[in-house]
Amino acid sequence: MLSTVKCMVMRDLTLAMRHRSDVLTTVFFFIIVVSLFPLGVGPDAALLKEMAAGVVWVAALLASMLSLTRLFADDYNDGTLEQLMMVPQPLSLIVLGKVLAHWIISGLPLVLMSPLLGLQFGLEGDELIMLMVTLLIGTPVLSLLGAIGAALTLGLRGGGVLVSLLVLPLYIPVLIFGAGAVTASAAGMGADGHLSLMGAILLLALVLAPWASAAALRISVE
Amino acid sequence: MFNLFKYSSPASFYPLAGRLAVGFGIASVILLVIGLYMSFFVAPTDYKQGEGYRIMFIHVPAAWMSMWIYVVMACFAAAGMIWNTRLSSMMASSLAPTGAMFTFVALWTGALWGKPMWGAWWVWDARLTSELILLFLYVGFMALESAIDDPRRAARASGLLALVGVINVPIIYYSVQWWNTLHQGSSIKVVDGGIEASMSEIMLWTLLVMTFACWFYAVAVSLSRVRSTILERESDAVWVKALLKERKA
Repeated sequence: MLSTVKCMVMRDLTLAMRHRSDVLTTVFFFIIVVSLFPLGVGPDAALLKEMAAGVVWVAALLASMLSLTRLFADDYNDGTLEQLMMVPQPLSLIVLGKVLAHWIISGLPLVLMSPLLGLQFGLEGDELIMLMVTLLIGTPVLSLLGAIGAALTLGLRGGGVLVSLLVLPLYIPVLIFGAGAVTASAAGMGADGHLSLMGAILLLALVLAPWASAAALRISVE
Repeated sequence: MFNLFKYSSPASFYPLAGRLAVGFGIASVILLVIGLYMSFFVAPTDYKQGEGYRIMFIHVPAAWMSMWIYVVMACFAAAGMIWNTRLSSMMASSLAPTGAMFTFVALWTGALWGKPMWGAWWVWDARLTSELILLFLYVGFMALESAIDDPRRAARASGLLALVGVINVPIIYYSVQWWNTLHQGSSIKVVDGGIEASMSEIMLWTLLVMTFACWFYAVAVSLSRVRSTILERESDAVWVKALLKERKA
């Protein structure tokens, strides 16, 4: 079971390493979106510090969504996906492998970049760690839920715009608890509740999302 | 025995839907007239919110319907996936516009109610936000369905989306209890088999009449919408051609 997942992850990572610019585009998109906010609302340090968590989180949401269209599209276009659906291993495991690889490529870099961006917005110590932890728990959920949307819109015209309409509403709970945890810890209220809820969402998504995406793929590739 | 599966065939459901749509439509109009009369003239003025509270009689039924229709839609979508019946997915897709309409009405009347009571058209409160998400889910459902040309794939893909989105319904319903928010909690509770309401009896009755008016309206409208969908999808079937010939004659 694990070898299937591992095999898919290694394959997708190898492919991604051959197209490094795709990975970098997501990271730079994330940085650019975050840096647009201070230009938009003005360089008021107190205000920026207050909105830092929300801004970083929304940017992470958009960056993760932007790279979703590539999750299955390349494999679908060159026919690999149909071959993958014929292997004896469960499709949901293969999807899980692809989602994990997607997270390592597009989610993990955002987690690693986030303390730097948080510093620019004037976050300190615990808040920075909290921002990183919430993104660490939250970005896999984004990849998992996004896979459902990507699978449903596979091969449709205007799929990129449509996927945002389908996926962003589902992202909202993660955004609320993720940004809420940072705000709560900044206010000294403790963020245990938020983190536990995010952990619960992650576990639920980990169990159900690959299964739902596999069903969606079977609908899209017939 | 009443055979439910007999009516899972579009050909036998079409005439039944026609009769039901008329019946529910008439019932809905009668209830609406009674309900509107009661809400404007019979229900007493609220001691705290004055006359403005009367918007509740459309706001609350619309909000209930917005969530309920989504659940019904998801059930039809699930049935369509399990038994692979065409009619179930047609029902799901004909419920969506009505559900979206009720969601919009709930948000709009909520804004009109919020302005005099809270002093703001809109607050980013948990219940309002999750109701807005519900509107997006309806829109996403309809957008996905219309983006796919093959009706079979469209039905299955949007059905799956409806099932994924159904998680949001309990979040909306319990948001007032889970988060301490500006939106007031539920005024009606089912306690030990009876209904306990923190409002006068006549207000409760008015609310119930309006709720059934909205409910029957939703049933009537979606049934007549599904009739059009059946005719459109089954246009090659023999019975549809015979029906159209009969109409023309």
